[in-house]
Amino acid sequence: MKRPTAIVTTMALALAVAGCSKPSGEAAGSVTLLNVSYDPTRELYKEINPAFAQEWKAKTGQTVSFRMSHGGSGKQARAIADGLEADVATLALAYDIDLLAERKLLPAEWQARLPDNSAPYYSTIVFLVRKGNPKGIKDWGDLVKPGIKVVTPNPKTSGGARWNYLAAWAYGRKASGSEAGARDYVTRLFRNVPVLDSGARGATTTFAERGIGDVLLAWENEALLAQKELGVGKFELVAPSLSILAEPPVAVVDANVAKHKTADAAKAYLDYLYTPKAQEIIAKNGYRPRNPEVAARYADTFPKLTLATIDGDFGGWKKAQAEHFADGGTFDAVFAQAKR
Amino acid sequence: MAKHARRATAESPIARIALIGVALVFLFLFLLLPLLAVFAEALRNGLQPFLEAIVEPDAWSAIRLTLIVAAISVPLNIVFGIAAAWAITKFDFPGKGILITLIDLPFSVSPVVAGLIYVLMFGASGWFGPWLQEHDIEIVFAVPGIVLASVFVTFPFVARELIPLMAEQGRDDEEAALSLGASGWQTFWHVTLPNIRWGLLYGVLLCNARAMGEFGAVSVVSGHIRGETNTMPLHVEILYNEYNFVAAFAVASLLAMLALVTLVLKSILEWRFDYHRTGTGH
Repeated sequence: MKRPTAIVTTMALALAVAGCSKPSGEAAGSVTLLNVSYDPTRELYKEINPAFAQEWKAKTGQTVSFRMSHGGSGKQARAIADGLEADVATLALAYDIDLLAERKLLPAEWQARLPDNSAPYYSTIVFLVRKGNPKGIKDWGDLVKPGIKVVTPNPKTSGGARWNYLAAWAYGRKASGSEAGARDYVTRLFRNVPVLDSGARGATTTFAERGIGDVLLAWENEALLAQKELGVGKFELVAPSLSILAEPPVAVVDANVAKHKTADAAKAYLDYLYTPKAQEIIAKNGYRPRNPEVAARYADTFPKLTLATIDGDFGGWKKAQAEHFADGGTFDAVFAQAKR
Repeated sequence: MAKHARRATAESPIARIALIGVALVFLFLFLLLPLLAVFAEALRNGLQPFLEAIVEPDAWSAIRLTLIVAAISVPLNIVFGIAAAWAITKFDFPGKGILITLIDLPFSVSPVVAGLIYVLMFGASGWFGPWLQEHDIEIVFAVPGIVLASVFVTFPFVARELIPLMAEQGRDDEEAALSLGASGWQTFWHVTLPNIRWGLLYGVLLCNARAMGEFGAVSVVSGHIRGETNTMPLHVEILYNEYNFVAAFAVASLLAMLALVTLVLKSILEWRFDYHRTGTGH
């Protein structure tokens, strides 16, 4: 007679316990930060976090621990907007953090709160080809030749892929001198794309592990990491004549740090990214550092490239997003035409 | 079944051997080989890295979370399943057909949709989002959301097993017990439950396997916080994406082992179940 009630009570308790078991960052000597980031930064923050924790402990006596969440940038932004309580958002492009500002999670002028457009590191888009560059790929022009297979993720879901797309567009515009020419070039490029993964890491795996495609359009940091992790000498990095300045921004999510009382630590964490020590870690992980001295030390790893910019060449992310990636934008048209 | 077997023996021996051969080759290529590959990959660098990958804190927490999810969703399913099967088979009421269809809903809905509906309901901009935030209750992107999604996708397993069984058994035993003066609960514990125990166990087993292995629905509501809201299947994906192939396959092999244990238990249950059913002369 008693047992069914007991079972129901236990389950209700279990649910209640599960609901309450979120770690709170309010205990006196310790604080927990949730960093919601995009795909390729796993290795970077794995190194940054303990370094910051050590310094913060020495400075304030407070122990800071980290919770990390990684995924496609757009998806992560959506999750934060839907209630994932990130203390800091470190995403692939400003547009995704603008989405959070629209939801009033942080002020609209968030990007002016930190130096360098709120991006403590930057990167660009490069080509990763197979050993010996058997197809002789040197620049964007080679990618549209018949029989070349190009791997890039889907710009609808992947931040990195949007940078790829815009870099290709910038090249097409420069080579032809017109927007129509750029569109034509990008259409021919997508005719050579056999698969569209949803995220940058998936595309890298498709290219490197599954052996699909002749060239991968990738974040420079992803390309450097893939070279390091998946076998030295198996791939070669090709720097195109023109690429794009990709600035993955970081921001404190004001609404959430207020709720968690973690504002000081969160702000210090992002400031820390600009220190020489963090910049060194950043460079070591394949991201281009902002600090000139660190950059000078890594000049060999990061060749000088001509870089188009999102603000200068595309009128900012809002415009670029509406023009190219929104429903009915150029990507939809290009993709439909390329598959015909 | 027996009729099929007799007819098959009428085929020429060559056709029989060819058919059996094709079936075996298919089984080997599409089921056994991939399963073996998981274990081979996991043990590629020997036993030591395999064990290290499993006791690593994030992997361990994923295993723990998976067990918690199963420990909550399976009992809930037992209660829902028995209640639903009981109501459907022992009573007549209007809307019975709708109830049966609803129970099957999770089978026909894609798991991604199952996850999304919880985001739409409990997410920050969802129906109950503002109220939940006011009261500081976390559902999506936390453990309760993962449990809810798992309960949703596993909902039909126990009920689906029990409904045909209980329908076949009819109401005679219960009516006899009641007429002899047993109370409702007594009838349930001493008559109904023993009658359905093998079917129930079978449903629980399948439900458990799905609860532990679910990827899609859980992925949508998880938030992917390492060491916290990653279940084993999600952790496998993360490790794979980090080029940590040995660890990914080590955790995957645990899931594969779960599948194997499930299969063995399932065979045992099927045997007992049939034995029981024929044994009592129904």
